[in-house]
Amino acid sequence: MAYLELNNIYKTYGEGDSSTEVLSNINLSIEEGEFVAIVGFTGSGKTTLVNLINGLLKPTSGEVLFKGQPVIDTSHERGVIFQNYSLLPWLTVGQNVFMAVKEAFPKENKTFLKQRVSDYVAMVGLSPAINKRPKELSGGMRQRVAVARALAMNPEMIIMDEPLGALDALTRGNLQDEILNIWSQDKRTALLITNDVDEGIYMADRIIPLKPGPNATLGPEFKIDIERPRDKTALNDNPNFKKTRNAIIEYLMDIGNERKSVSQKEYVLPDISPKSFVA
Amino acid sequence: MKQDITLKREGQFLAFLKPLVGKFTPNFQRMDIMGSLKKTVITIFSVLVFLGLWHLGSKALYNKEANFKIEKALNEQGAVAAEAERACIASGDSSCQPNTLPSPLQVWASLQSLIADHKVITADKAAFVEKMSERNAQLIAQGKDAIVYTGRASFVDIVLTSIKTVFAGFLLALLIAVPIGIVIGLSPSLRSAFNWFIQIFKPVSPVVWYLLVFMIVKTLYIGDSSDNAFVISFISVGLCAMWATLVNTAMGVSTVDKDYINVAKVLKLGTFQKIFKVILPSSLPLIFTGLRITLSVAWMVLIAIELLAQSQGLGLFVWEEFQNGANDSNSKIIVAMFVIGIIGFLLDRLMLAIQNMVSFNKNESV
Repeated sequence: MAYLELNNIYKTYGEGDSSTEVLSNINLSIEEGEFVAIVGFTGSGKTTLVNLINGLLKPTSGEVLFKGQPVIDTSHERGVIFQNYSLLPWLTVGQNVFMAVKEAFPKENKTFLKQRVSDYVAMVGLSPAINKRPKELSGGMRQRVAVARALAMNPEMIIMDEPLGALDALTRGNLQDEILNIWSQDKRTALLITNDVDEGIYMADRIIPLKPGPNATLGPEFKIDIERPRDKTALNDNPNFKKTRNAIIEYLMDIGNERKSVSQKEYVLPDISPKSFVA
Repeated sequence: MKQDITLKREGQFLAFLKPLVGKFTPNFQRMDIMGSLKKTVITIFSVLVFLGLWHLGSKALYNKEANFKIEKALNEQGAVAAEAERACIASGDSSCQPNTLPSPLQVWASLQSLIADHKVITADKAAFVEKMSERNAQLIAQGKDAIVYTGRASFVDIVLTSIKTVFAGFLLALLIAVPIGIVIGLSPSLRSAFNWFIQIFKPVSPVVWYLLVFMIVKTLYIGDSSDNAFVISFISVGLCAMWATLVNTAMGVSTVDKDYINVAKVLKLGTFQKIFKVILPSSLPLIFTGLRITLSVAWMVLIAIELLAQSQGLGLFVWEEFQNGANDSNSKIIVAMFVIGIIGFLLDRLMLAIQNMVSFNKNESV
């Protein structure tokens, strides 16, 4: 049995006539230790999918199984890194991480908890900023705090909802490496939601495109057979990378065009010509 | 004449600053010093203009009333009486002074007389306590109540009573409005249950609140001869002023950022943890905005309520001075007006300082 399984998931918002089906017929299975990326356009229902997996939302029909058990609530076993960091602005970096650690290890004493907080803050390279508030940090630093907070809870699976979406290209690259680095240390199961195909190929073992919503569903999967650790600069010359990248982009473009042509309507123009005022 | 002096002073003041400005200009902090200096000068200048206009206005009103009095004497009693009236007004005798807007100097004199009065009363009180100490010790030993000073309250005592009332009312508003606000903010069904209540009672006038509180407290205190004016006034002030806090707290609690709620869910915080660690801290800025409005409303309605409740505060002071109609009553009222304004301003600054201290959003201070 797979580690995480999504069986025939449908998710509808609203009731009756005004309801919209965001996700339909989603089937997905992730093995333990795998790094899976889901790539899709903005507004295609990626965040809804993530919230179904982490337990913030319940599917309208179908079931989410985590280690064989249905997901009915959030759990410390599945750590979440949100798109917009979601740090509590009135707490310092250390306090934000401490809050999570304290919930994840309720039986441990304070020394252990404090040690764990400083370890994980050090891991993301923010020890000098441990007493600063999120407002005083840059976007990249804030997302690092969110990474530290999620990992300090020692989750079995990490779910990342466009974690680097709001960052500039350079910070993005650095953080990709950092996340991969942390991931490779104990190979936790990871699910990355992203809108960047290159990022997916660079980081994941498997990429699954999400056809855009409404009625979003998962497309065919693409395996990434590139040796780890991957070298970002060498990646561009890797024929395997080029092939996969082109295939995914072609697929996404096709469904994009499909969507456009579906909404295209033939307009009949009236047969008129400018009136001549010259009698 | 007096206004001439004021104007001259302005001129002298600016002239006096000129060498100072020159002295500071070569300094590297020039812009900063120049900026704050400019601000100070503008403020002082506007105060002087205000005092000048006030002085001119009061002078004009004084002359109008004086002329009317002389004219009236002339028409009714003849030229001799008019001349006598003119002499009487010019001599500054208190029996025939026009009773109108006092000049700044008269107000200043009244302030000083109020302070002197305070000193006299304090001395009286000390002497009384001294004199009665032996007797009171005996009374207490016999298990009876000690005799307390029941003389006139000084202006400082009156101001302190008002401040005490406002803080008691503010505390009452805080204790009622914040918990209820949190509860109705958390529960949409309780919110709709309370909504009509808030909408109906929010616009009710302070006077009506006073009457309502009076009806209830009077009955509660029935058979009790002790003075309940303070109780009535602080409860009325609290009830009048609590609405801003109630609405703001409910609003703040019900509109917590969804991201923070998601964090609380993902971390699996318990209900109490969620309320105290996530919802309350994130709604603190709005709660404090409400409390700031509450405090300023409390101070504003206090005057009217003290007047009605006959509580020994500034409101009653103003009303009694008006009824009194003594020669310096009007200037005492103006003194009270300034004291009310300055204390209101200081209370607002105090709340702003506390708000900035607890708020995580330092940029939001207005």
